[in-house]
Amino acid sequence: MNRSWNLAELEEGESGYVMSVSTHPALKHRLEDLGLIPGTRVTCMARSPAGDPCAYLIRGALIALRQADAREIVLRPAHERGA
Amino acid sequence: MGPCVALVGNPNVGKSTVFNALTGLHQHTGNWAGKTVDVAKGVFTWQGETVEVVDLPGTYSLQTSSPEEDIALDYLLHGQARGVVVVCDATCLERNLILALQVLEVTGSVLVCVNLMDEAARLGVHVNLDALEQHLQVPVVGISAGTGAGMEGLKESIVALARGELQGQARPPLPPMERVHIAQAYAQQAVAATPTPQARRQEKWNKWLTSRGTAIPLMLVLLAVVMWLTVAGANLPSSLLSQAFDGLGGLLERWTQGWPPSLRAFFLDGVYGVTAWVVSVMLPPMAIFFPLFTLLEDLGYLPRVAFVLDHAFQKARACGKQALTMCMSLGCTACGVTGCRIIDSPRERLAAMLTASMVPCNGKFPTLLALITLFLVGEGGSLVGAAALLGVLLLGVAATLGCTRLLTATVLRGTPSAFVLELPPFRRPRVGQVVVRSLLDRTVFVLARAVVIAAPAGGVIWLLANLTVADQTLLSYITGFMEPLGRFMGLDGVILTAFVLGWPANEIVMPVMLMAYLAQGSLVDFDQLTGVQSLLEAQGWTMTTAVCTLLFALFHWPCSTTCLTIYRESKSIQWTLVAVAVPTLLGMGLCILVNGVSHLLIL
Repeated sequence: MNRSWNLAELEEGESGYVMSVSTHPALKHRLEDLGLIPGTRVTCMARSPAGDPCAYLIRGALIALRQADAREIVLRPAHERGA
Repeated sequence: MGPCVALVGNPNVGKSTVFNALTGLHQHTGNWAGKTVDVAKGVFTWQGETVEVVDLPGTYSLQTSSPEEDIALDYLLHGQARGVVVVCDATCLERNLILALQVLEVTGSVLVCVNLMDEAARLGVHVNLDALEQHLQVPVVGISAGTGAGMEGLKESIVALARGELQGQARPPLPPMERVHIAQAYAQQAVAATPTPQARRQEKWNKWLTSRGTAIPLMLVLLAVVMWLTVAGANLPSSLLSQAFDGLGGLLERWTQGWPPSLRAFFLDGVYGVTAWVVSVMLPPMAIFFPLFTLLEDLGYLPRVAFVLDHAFQKARACGKQALTMCMSLGCTACGVTGCRIIDSPRERLAAMLTASMVPCNGKFPTLLALITLFLVGEGGSLVGAAALLGVLLLGVAATLGCTRLLTATVLRGTPSAFVLELPPFRRPRVGQVVVRSLLDRTVFVLARAVVIAAPAGGVIWLLANLTVADQTLLSYITGFMEPLGRFMGLDGVILTAFVLGWPANEIVMPVMLMAYLAQGSLVDFDQLTGVQSLLEAQGWTMTTAVCTLLFALFHWPCSTTCLTIYRESKSIQWTLVAVAVPTLLGMGLCILVNGVSHLLIL
């Protein structure tokens, strides 16, 4: 399937490449400062007990994001999702 | 004062550790983003040249979105800094280079200091400093500020920077995305990483401390262990201190034999008695709790707590970082209130500030513990005491969440803001340094409070208890006035008076209460807990009184220092009053409820 998906759908241990960031501007800027821009590889490293927030590996740093925000970060379609 | 350089960097790259290593000062450090919220200044001298160093709060960017980041940019643009030292974290260089590049667009007088080289090596990350220097075209120095490795070289370079010898060209400004790509390219060419067993171990621990099933049990166990060590460890030093004070008291009694009796009583029973109580009962638990807590902080555990608890705060429409400020409040509520600056949204920051005093601070621990030991668990030993204290603490956490929700549903309505929290790598705490430092800090802090607050308070309460108007002591007028309300809340006039007089510091509530009781006639040796118990029971204390006192000790107005801090941070009398009203009303409500229920049950 060639469907695009978002950061919140990443399983623990899974990686994806960012396609677009459509969060509100303040968060978008903050994510840019953290190096999260289109093309960046992101790995979901840990899920909190409630499943939200999750911790993502972004350019060597572990960053926690809430799922509501993670849904706004679209990943490149991955043919080999889960592989 | 010599020329000045500013330390700039991402949060949690060890700027304050670098600052301390440079200046020999003791800025507090901790392994979490946002620990430093104020500007600190210091000087160091290297080969006869003095340089002033300014430690700026950590920032992810110069295009700012939070107050502490404004400080950094403001300072760079308008400060008198001759140059900028960009402190980077070797374990996460790529991200750090984004800020370095941004700074280089503002000024060319830059020195890049790659810190945590030792941590990076442990994690299998090797940084090629020469390659980095070539790319950035400014000097790059690698150090490990924790151990002091490379500090001489850093000082030498900073002196050169301050002299104006390292003036480079500022880079042309770039669009943000471009900057990220350049940082990525530089990092790819300068950093080689091969994960070590240490790195894998980190990952495993991170998983345990944050995942469903293990995170919350581990958090409770850790808290319980900290509580238990505090409770169990405090007993011996407490009794030793109290013996020492007894001895000193005996000496003072002999020395003051010639004094007028009332002056002597004022001094010995009032000033000395309360001071001795505060120091001997309060100092040991604080001196144990703080180092333990600082170790957890240094390790990098606190952001994980915020990560785990964020969901609950999300439900309360607040920010998960509030968990961090709650942790700070556990030590000292005023520190917790200042720490609220790490919360970006003003609405969520206020919610955190207004509920900060619901987590029991260190000053309340001994009071809570004494009440628990005396009336609730009996001589159940330190394990039961620690468990009960943990229960009280969890009650405080629940109240914080509940009241936060209440506030965000009423006066602080709004949409939850984004939550971006960095989980730093675990760092090996510098155990010796941390323990000695925080032990000394705490001891000095408690002793200073004892002198500044407990001693005068002891004098005042003695005067109130001994000055009479129309055959009645001033104190009895006050307690008499408080009596009806106190009774209604399951307390009595004396207890309520003690809380009012204890406004300057929670530490003095218990001694003031005991002194007020003593002044009413009965005399016991209140150095021993059993003595305290018989005194309280003689004053009509029941289980209900103890529970209500415990609840009110947990939830009442914040101490004067906290109130001032809330006013300073919120710049609003109204919000400060709300911060006073919320816990007070909660405490009063709970006390009235407990009192009512217990009356119903007994009747």
